[in-house]
Amino acid sequence: MSVVTTLIPPQAPPPAPPRPYTLSRFFGSVALGIWLALAVGIFLTVVNGWDPDKFAKYGPSYLSGLGVTLLLVAVSISLGAVVSLPLAFARMSNNKILSWLAYAYVYFFRGTPLLTQLFLVYYGLGSFSAELKAIGLWGFFRDAWNCALLTFTLNTAAYQAEILRGAIESVPRGQHEGAASLGLSKRVTFFKIILPQALIVALRPYGNEIILMIKGSAIVAIVTVFDLMGETRRAFSRTFDYQTYLWAALLYLMIVELMRNLWAWLEARLTRHLKR
Amino acid sequence: MSGFFSAIAEAISAFLRLIDPLCGPAGVFRWFAGNTLLACGDTGWGDEIAIGFLVTASLAVATLPLGLLVGFFIALAKQSEERSLRLAADVYTTIFRGLPELLTLFIVYYGLQILAQNLLSALGYQGAVEINAFVAGMIALGVVFSAYCSEVLLSAFRAIPRGQYEAGYALGLHGGRTMRLIVLPQLVRIALPGLGNLWMALLKDTALVSVVGLPDILRQTGIAARVTKEAFLFYSLACGLFLVLAFLSSVAFTAIERRVKRSEVAR
Repeated sequence: MSVVTTLIPPQAPPPAPPRPYTLSRFFGSVALGIWLALAVGIFLTVVNGWDPDKFAKYGPSYLSGLGVTLLLVAVSISLGAVVSLPLAFARMSNNKILSWLAYAYVYFFRGTPLLTQLFLVYYGLGSFSAELKAIGLWGFFRDAWNCALLTFTLNTAAYQAEILRGAIESVPRGQHEGAASLGLSKRVTFFKIILPQALIVALRPYGNEIILMIKGSAIVAIVTVFDLMGETRRAFSRTFDYQTYLWAALLYLMIVELMRNLWAWLEARLTRHLKR
Repeated sequence: MSGFFSAIAEAISAFLRLIDPLCGPAGVFRWFAGNTLLACGDTGWGDEIAIGFLVTASLAVATLPLGLLVGFFIALAKQSEERSLRLAADVYTTIFRGLPELLTLFIVYYGLQILAQNLLSALGYQGAVEINAFVAGMIALGVVFSAYCSEVLLSAFRAIPRGQYEAGYALGLHGGRTMRLIVLPQLVRIALPGLGNLWMALLKDTALVSVVGLPDILRQTGIAARVTKEAFLFYSLACGLFLVLAFLSSVAFTAIERRVKRSEVAR
């Protein structure tokens, strides 16, 4: 009878087989290499063309342009939210004429480019200067900033009305019925039961809309508002330095990424009661 | 040989003149705007705007296949097992979804100009290099479109169960044929609504190319507005033409959607 007296000592695991060099690995390295080369190239352009005078001269104007962009977006999004409420209700109402009018408004503002709408308000309404002077509105429409604000507000109101309508209609019927069976009035039902659930659904589209507005606001530079893009174009037309666009790109990327991460955090925070 | 190509170009332009919806034989302006500012020919702006309409439509149509193709490969890269490929694709979408379209256009337009200039001067060519606004617009819009498109296609890829691939392999099809015969037809069906939205966004973004000098709808109507001082009329017309394009594409998309969904209706 044989008895085991010694155990085999624990062995190291066999070495991992070498990763095969696949086609996708090759393409991955090439793509990463291109990005790296671009990054190094841009870095070198910036370092070689670094000019403290230019930085001192145009740096502050970039910051003021950034402020103008953020102000424009913040004001137009908030005013658009106010306008979008009646619009969304008109769209959902049983009155045929009212819902058709709201639909036409939304279709117009979502179907045409923002740039065309801006030109229509700034140059198009500007051609009625005599009539506008007669009713005392010329002072408002003469200023490119006001025109941009008006256009953006009307535009984002159309998009936000659609977001709001979709969200409100996504709340199940049972919620209305449950509230009615508890004897709650229509007003209380809407503000305490329907709207909070709808806004959670609408949270992500709202975030996308804000990001779209930040990006879309760059076109106001064409009608002489000096936002971030406007300041960039001014700096480029004076220096013919390609870097000016790269700095603007960096700033825009930073705001958009910040906004995106902020919104993701906000969404995770506000929907934590829905996590299972 | 050049005679052959010029004959083809001649035939194409003759065909386009024939089907021109604004100034062709059955054109709106020809029949309803005879002696107004919108007349066709030398007296009105109809034919200039008709050219703009054609340029806008052809820019959008030319960008679409480019953006779809690039977007498809980016979506493939994003779901690859290779880390470096995923990272590179993520960098691409982060950059081009984060930048304003106008800024992308400027960066492409001036950047390509500088790149081509440097390349040609390295080869010994001295002289000004001008990049075609149409090509620059196509690249800039295509890049933005492909970044969004890759997200749409990625979520569509995720909606296709693994079993579909496995069934393809079990039938002895290799990777490419599984993709083409089994996955792609389902992918199109799932991704179509998202792609429709992207197409609408692309159509609207083409207006930006007027800023770098391409004679599209907005630029042509802008010139007309400046010359005639009838800004409201011409910019309303521009809005109207964009609405017509949007309406036509929504009709086309409904038809395509019905066609790709025809296998589901039978059930």
